[in-house]
Amino acid sequence: MRAYFEELAGFLESRARASEVIISRMSAEQSDFIRFNESRVRQATAVKQVSWSLTLIEGTRRIDACVSLAGRADADREALAGLLETLRLGLADVPEDPFLLVETNAVASESERRGKLPDPEQVIDEVLAAGRGLDLVGFHAAGPIHKGFASSLGVRHWHAVESFSFGWCLYHGRDKAVKTTYAGSTWDSAAFAARMRFAREQLARLGEKPRELAPGAYRAFLAPAAMDEILGMLSWAGFGLKSRNTKQSALIRMADQDARLSPLVTIRENTREGIASGFQAEGFVRPPDVALVDAGRLATPLVSPRSAREYGVATNGANAGETPESLDLAAGSLAQDEALAALGTGIYVGNLWYLNFSDRSACRLTGMTRFASFWVENGRIAAPLNVMRFDDTAYRILGANLEALTRERDLLPSTASYGERSTESVRTPGALVRELALTL
Amino acid sequence: MLDTLQRDFRSIAPAVDFCALRFVEESSEYLQVRQDVAEPPQLAVSRGAMVTVIHDGGLGYAATSDLSRGGLAAAMDRARRYAKLTAGRSVVDYGAMQMPRPNGAYRPGVGRDPATLSRRDKYDLLAREASQCRVDDRIVDWEANLWTTTSKQAYLTADGGAIEQEFHFLVPNLSATAHASGQTQTRTHAGRYNGFCRQGGLEILEAFGLEGAGRAVGEGALELLAAPNCPSGTMDVLLMPDQMMLQIHESIGHPLELDRILGDERNFAGTSFVTLDMFGSYRYGSDLLNVTHDPTRREQFASYAWDDDGLAADKQFLIRKGILERPLGGAISQKRAGMQGVANTRACSWNRAPIDRMANLNVEAGQSPMDELVAAIDLGVLMRTNVSWSIDDSRNKFQFGCEYGRMIRGGKLAEVVKNPNYRGISATFWRSLSGVGDASTFEVMGTPFCGKGEPSQVIRVGHASPACRFSGVDVFGGES
Repeated sequence: MRAYFEELAGFLESRARASEVIISRMSAEQSDFIRFNESRVRQATAVKQVSWSLTLIEGTRRIDACVSLAGRADADREALAGLLETLRLGLADVPEDPFLLVETNAVASESERRGKLPDPEQVIDEVLAAGRGLDLVGFHAAGPIHKGFASSLGVRHWHAVESFSFGWCLYHGRDKAVKTTYAGSTWDSAAFAARMRFAREQLARLGEKPRELAPGAYRAFLAPAAMDEILGMLSWAGFGLKSRNTKQSALIRMADQDARLSPLVTIRENTREGIASGFQAEGFVRPPDVALVDAGRLATPLVSPRSAREYGVATNGANAGETPESLDLAAGSLAQDEALAALGTGIYVGNLWYLNFSDRSACRLTGMTRFASFWVENGRIAAPLNVMRFDDTAYRILGANLEALTRERDLLPSTASYGERSTESVRTPGALVRELALTL
Repeated sequence: MLDTLQRDFRSIAPAVDFCALRFVEESSEYLQVRQDVAEPPQLAVSRGAMVTVIHDGGLGYAATSDLSRGGLAAAMDRARRYAKLTAGRSVVDYGAMQMPRPNGAYRPGVGRDPATLSRRDKYDLLAREASQCRVDDRIVDWEANLWTTTSKQAYLTADGGAIEQEFHFLVPNLSATAHASGQTQTRTHAGRYNGFCRQGGLEILEAFGLEGAGRAVGEGALELLAAPNCPSGTMDVLLMPDQMMLQIHESIGHPLELDRILGDERNFAGTSFVTLDMFGSYRYGSDLLNVTHDPTRREQFASYAWDDDGLAADKQFLIRKGILERPLGGAISQKRAGMQGVANTRACSWNRAPIDRMANLNVEAGQSPMDELVAAIDLGVLMRTNVSWSIDDSRNKFQFGCEYGRMIRGGKLAEVVKNPNYRGISATFWRSLSGVGDASTFEVMGTPFCGKGEPSQVIRVGHASPACRFSGVDVFGGES
């Protein structure tokens, strides 16, 4: 795939006029997607796709187009040549862009992570065998992902990864289920079986009579999967320079009024240890580490090239939306296996679901508990919980009410595949919270 | 191209129980002006095909962006292998399906073709209205954008079915954000998050009311900035169509999707509080509630003549006089559930397999003019323009928020309030429907971004609704 990319990028650059800058970005994947329901197969899909984004710049005018390609250089050369001509014609109608900024230094990077992926037949065999007699519903996604960047200014980046992700639920009934994810680059049947055994053990607890809670404030332990959802909300609208400067950041009170989270909270964009590529759409290399929240204080914003021009600062390789792709919440000191004892009596929240802001300026969030969440008494699981809605601010959950973060953390790769498989991830501990406001 | 595709497909289709090819070519242009600066145009052409193979009871899909004869043949091999691997191990015997064999074409036309307006003229129009938003220095961000898309689709079956459909979509947006004293408020014109989205051409901009809207949007943001928080308490709400669209979508649309009811989505999007035994008898809402799946309203965002399994689409009541009648389920789900549904098996593009999706899901207009709806409220809030949505995975316990609220006291509109939110439970909320607006309050809305499915899909849906009144709702405002 790399040779294909280099050949076409070189071909396009050979056609660049002296006044033009040509940028190519390729995203390609060959994926197997298998859906399961009731321990049988619902849908199995293979996807082979190549998309190519071509940028033409002349002076301070820029135009972009993204097209699907066959993935064969002989066929795609002509298509890209035609696209280049279309962009040349279109550029005449494009206004000057005062905020145009692309990488002009001839930098290069490459990263390749090979794996050992299972054949779909093996996945179907192992999943159906493991789910026999159970109500298993799940989704397997696997295959190679390739991303390339090239510009006529000499920039070259390459990122390739082979990965799989299998997320599944064992259902007890209605909305009571144990959710598990097994992801990586090399499929290990024994590791999968071990996770399945653990999930079966958890499932047994869901058979007990569920506890219905009244609205109110409850002591809570948020497992890493639940923390992932809360951090996702901060990522959506919290860390970008543009949202900060236009006062739309959910963390605007930290930026303007010195509001703080707990000193336990240190959040970074940790590209070095993430799965996402180390470069962004304009060719800038991401620094290995950007401190977003430092011991509870808002730190460095994510700055896209466009915002860098607009606000007169340096870019730190952020994407156009200025959202983190390799978010990292620092570990705390609470041992995972002591979490229930530290919780004492309260709720263990395995997952949260469908979060949104009920007041963005105040970073007030709402969402639902989901999957395996439990009522805990004296450090022991007492009963599964019926789903409850929470509505509380991040300043309380991760601020005044945060008692501890766990020493152990989970790396949670995104399972999103809108248009293409995501390479984003979150690394987070669990959190012990003095009270969480439940409302419905 | 279609002729070549059809010829290649028919010549290489394997000897299997059923084989189909779905081709999609989608071309789009996105233009935005923010803070008086035109951003570079974003053009896109997504083109590819998906092969479906059913054989010996198994089902396989394979998608490719390589539309050559060799590319299609490779996709067929992959789909055929998947059909083999899943035979006898699937949730249903796909071989027992009688898949549609449709023929025909659907090309509703573009209306006033956006191509007749130059890109520069479009930028000028956006820049003019966006600049008018900045009515004073408290407006800290303002923007306008325009997104046009043409989608050409074909569905071919090896046994002779052949349909072509062509759609034209246009989505305008205009918004302003105001900030002062630690408070930020955003006001958008005619729907946030692309809520004013329709099929057609430039006539949609007139329906949207873009020209002359800028100043009102800026003043609207300042009005919210100066407004008190919405009060808390149990009271009536009067939801305007740009909030009703969300209410319909989340607490009628998703729970009625048959694949959710059958459990397919439990690993991601969730299940449903609705069960198969409820259809035909369950009281979903008050007598005033009439809900239709209506793919026939041409200007609406998700109108079409056939779904992506080739099933012919028509208007059907899902809820009539409050009683649940039928689910949102296409041919495969109908077979699995043993009940009638609608033609709504849809994929977001060529690279995703079709699943049950709501399309145009509408609340039918009632009899009450707007002044009657207001006059019947002793204490309540009129809410406009969805800004926040959250609902549990059974689509029951919800909490929604709007940009704009206006108190109603003693049957009269009173002061504007900010951050209006309300919460409820789907299973009981619709039974509190106490007034349905007449045709004068009816608006056609929708969203380009309904997320569901594994692998993930975002798809276009339409929601048309009159203003609706609900009694005794739990209402609250923002953080003080």
